[in-house]
Amino acid sequence: MQINDITSLNKQAVTGVFMSAVTDTHAQDDHHHGPAKGITRWLLTTNHKDIGSMYLIFSFTMFLLGGAMAMVIRAELFQPGLQIVQPEFFNQMTTMHGLIMVFGAVMPAFVGLANWMLPLMVGAPDMALPRMNNWSFWLLPCAFLILVSTLFMEGGAPNFGWTFYAPLSTTYGPPSTTFFIFAVHIMGVSSIMGAINVVATILNMRAPGMTLMKMPLFVWTWLITAFLLIAVMPVLAGVVTMMLMDINFGTSFFDASGGGDPVLFQHVFWFFGHPEVYIMILPAFGAVSHIIPAFSRKPLFGYASMVYAVGAIALLSFVVWAHHMFTVGIPIAGQLFFMYATMLIAVPTGVKVFNWVATMFRGSLTFEAPMLFAVAFVILFTIGGFSGLMLAIAPADFQYHDTYFVVAHFHYVLVPGAIFGIFASAYFWLPKWTGHMYDETLAKTHFWLSFVGMNLAFFPMHFLGLAGMPRRIPDYALQFADFNMVSSIGAFMFGATQILFLVIVVKCVRGGEKASAKPWDGAEGLEWTVPSPAPYHTFATPPEVK
Amino acid sequence: MRVQARRAGALLGGLMFPAMSMADWTLNMSPGVTGTSNEIFDLHMTILWICVIIGVVVFGIMFWSIFAHRKSRDPDRKPANFHENTLVEILWTVIPLVILVVMAIPATATLVDMYDTTEAEIDIKVTGYQWRWKYDYIDEEFGYFSNISTSDDEIYNRTEKGENYLLDVDNPMVIPTNTRVRLLLTANDVIHSWWVPAFGLKKDAIPGFINEIWTQVDEPGIYRGQCTELCGIKHGFMPVVVKAVPREEYDAWINEQTAAAQAEAELTEKDWTMAELMERGEKAYASACAACHQPDGTGAPPAFPALKGSQMALEDMQGHIDIVVNGSSGTAMQAFGDQLSEVDLAAVITYERNAWGNDTGEMVTPKEIFDYKNQE
Repeated sequence: MQINDITSLNKQAVTGVFMSAVTDTHAQDDHHHGPAKGITRWLLTTNHKDIGSMYLIFSFTMFLLGGAMAMVIRAELFQPGLQIVQPEFFNQMTTMHGLIMVFGAVMPAFVGLANWMLPLMVGAPDMALPRMNNWSFWLLPCAFLILVSTLFMEGGAPNFGWTFYAPLSTTYGPPSTTFFIFAVHIMGVSSIMGAINVVATILNMRAPGMTLMKMPLFVWTWLITAFLLIAVMPVLAGVVTMMLMDINFGTSFFDASGGGDPVLFQHVFWFFGHPEVYIMILPAFGAVSHIIPAFSRKPLFGYASMVYAVGAIALLSFVVWAHHMFTVGIPIAGQLFFMYATMLIAVPTGVKVFNWVATMFRGSLTFEAPMLFAVAFVILFTIGGFSGLMLAIAPADFQYHDTYFVVAHFHYVLVPGAIFGIFASAYFWLPKWTGHMYDETLAKTHFWLSFVGMNLAFFPMHFLGLAGMPRRIPDYALQFADFNMVSSIGAFMFGATQILFLVIVVKCVRGGEKASAKPWDGAEGLEWTVPSPAPYHTFATPPEVK
Repeated sequence: MRVQARRAGALLGGLMFPAMSMADWTLNMSPGVTGTSNEIFDLHMTILWICVIIGVVVFGIMFWSIFAHRKSRDPDRKPANFHENTLVEILWTVIPLVILVVMAIPATATLVDMYDTTEAEIDIKVTGYQWRWKYDYIDEEFGYFSNISTSDDEIYNRTEKGENYLLDVDNPMVIPTNTRVRLLLTANDVIHSWWVPAFGLKKDAIPGFINEIWTQVDEPGIYRGQCTELCGIKHGFMPVVVKAVPREEYDAWINEQTAAAQAEAELTEKDWTMAELMERGEKAYASACAACHQPDGTGAPPAFPALKGSQMALEDMQGHIDIVVNGSSGTAMQAFGDQLSEVDLAAVITYERNAWGNDTGEMVTPKEIFDYKNQE
């Protein structure tokens, strides 16, 4: 009886959404009401804007938590010797920092941006699967509650690095490893559901006239990212399940003494792990491809080649995983294949960078905060790309592998890549979200302090790695002391600066200069056709795209 | 105010002085001392310069746009409207491709050379343990552990740090110069990675598998590196030290080691007193057990149980011998039966049963261990 009621209610809701999306003859079916009151608004919401906001708030919270752990790491590495934390805890910090930043900060931030912007960009009233949307968000705090709780368990949190190589994480892992595995499972479920939602929305709910090759690039990059997620998150689930079996049920997938293979772990992990790094960067590519044209007041150069380049990067990402494993002793034929395939990625990535520069060329440029972050993104991400190219050269990788050179490389693609991409997007769309302009002076201060701090923190790591400092060590030989101190100072500066972002956003939410529907001269797209702040329900009637 | 500032400055200077006095602002990779490491260095420099040139061109155009095409320079500035150019797009796809092919050729050649591990004169088996290396000279039938020799006092800032802080061991690996040496890498517990930057050699040591690398060092000297694969708590504290010596010196060293190994084997037959076993046990414990169970036997539960006051060390003698010799599967406790000599096994067990107030007064002799191992 009750079940029937809910089902019919569901049907009504679904047809309601689709009807209003398809035609406006049933306009009287639309229940244009505001959000529910109190906590239930957030617990039960199926509104893509509310869910987007929750994702963004969650991800920033995780960013601060993961950042605090980075501060512990840098404080310990400020000077040689062990002074602040013990190696056990240091290893827990490096592990949790990586896991929280990857799964808690960067990925949810992009899902939050997708929730907010995809329906607005394709002219849809909401995500295709709003209830699943709510569920995929609320799984995340549960997963991270489990993950963070391991810090307080006997034996401590996971301490085997965010890559959790077996057998260090299986036979030799702390008792909390099983909780870590469940947390990863839950995150994976959440990501897969989020990705399915994105695909369903983009493929089914675009405004009439918006063909695939007319989609905004953020939509394109997210579509491809979502396919990557659907392809590789189950692989991650598979590898942690194998760990679970090895730890608790006596199998030996990764134990040579039982006929298993520790290297198998790395193959499976990196088959997930390499596409994963593109999952963390492709949506940023998309966002930057909106921001640079907007502030150059000039259309994006090479739209079609941008789309093909992202597609090529995504496809290549499935055949390069073993470049993370050049030192494990794979046969030379494999070594050569993965070296060549990895080098190839430089071609589509180069195309994207050239396109961004060509977009700026002979434009009419202004440098508000989103543009500053976007330009820094292009420059610094390219530097990360260069070190990536160096790392692709297998013989040279023998010297770089597992040193601070690698740490420098992936922080250059993730901090000014993913994180700056997220900041650029946030400043770009804040007026649309809040209806107010943010404080430009504060935002520029945020940019410059982040820019200087980030480079100070991560550039010296290239030198440390080349001089021979291994990664994931709590203490180091004396010749590495100077650059480590510089790096720590930069890290503290970058870390402290992020509080400013919180201040800017809170200030912007509470008030400020009123934003017009299209606050940026050169911005293009459907999201700028709705008022600022975007009403709770938008595009009940789909717009026409010519 | 100024006095305070000066005091703060002096304090800061004092804090930084130990680091600054060792000032080393090395920016680049060192070319190293082997053919391989020099080839790698050349590859590294080539690709670096290619990146620098591409960077200068791309960023140059970008900075030019930022400077010349900014709106603030001319508020009425009309942006151009071009957004496609097939020729340019083809060019900037093909040119990078050509550069990559050019780069791949020398990289392939170097890699092929590195993978050729044939025709080595000497084989040394390198085994990674948590957290030390073992070097077995498999043609000569002796082997030994190589432990970090930096003291806890240095690590915990209780005394000044030595010149080779964290990069010194008790027994370095010894190889002859001008000789092709092959290393067979494996591990006992988790994955480790053996790296000597000056040789351009880095390879993972994986439990249950054997990896091969080769090197030839022409310049005598002491070369230092570290474990580069996260392997647990003391990952940062398992240095690699290799001493390259002229051939004659190497041969003399081999003879000495072989003789010492024989003498060691004969010790099993000797009648040991409690005091002798305790003395030897203390040393063996420090090198083999203290990393996990701690020098004072308190361990680090739950991963590493305390031995002080433990039921096993106080009562269960057979269980104690069994766990030390055979390890405990599914835990971090290794099987020491093949790692330590009978004498050391007996000494360690005796030590554990009598140190830190355990005082059982019980003694295990090397002969008992020998019999125990052979009855199995």
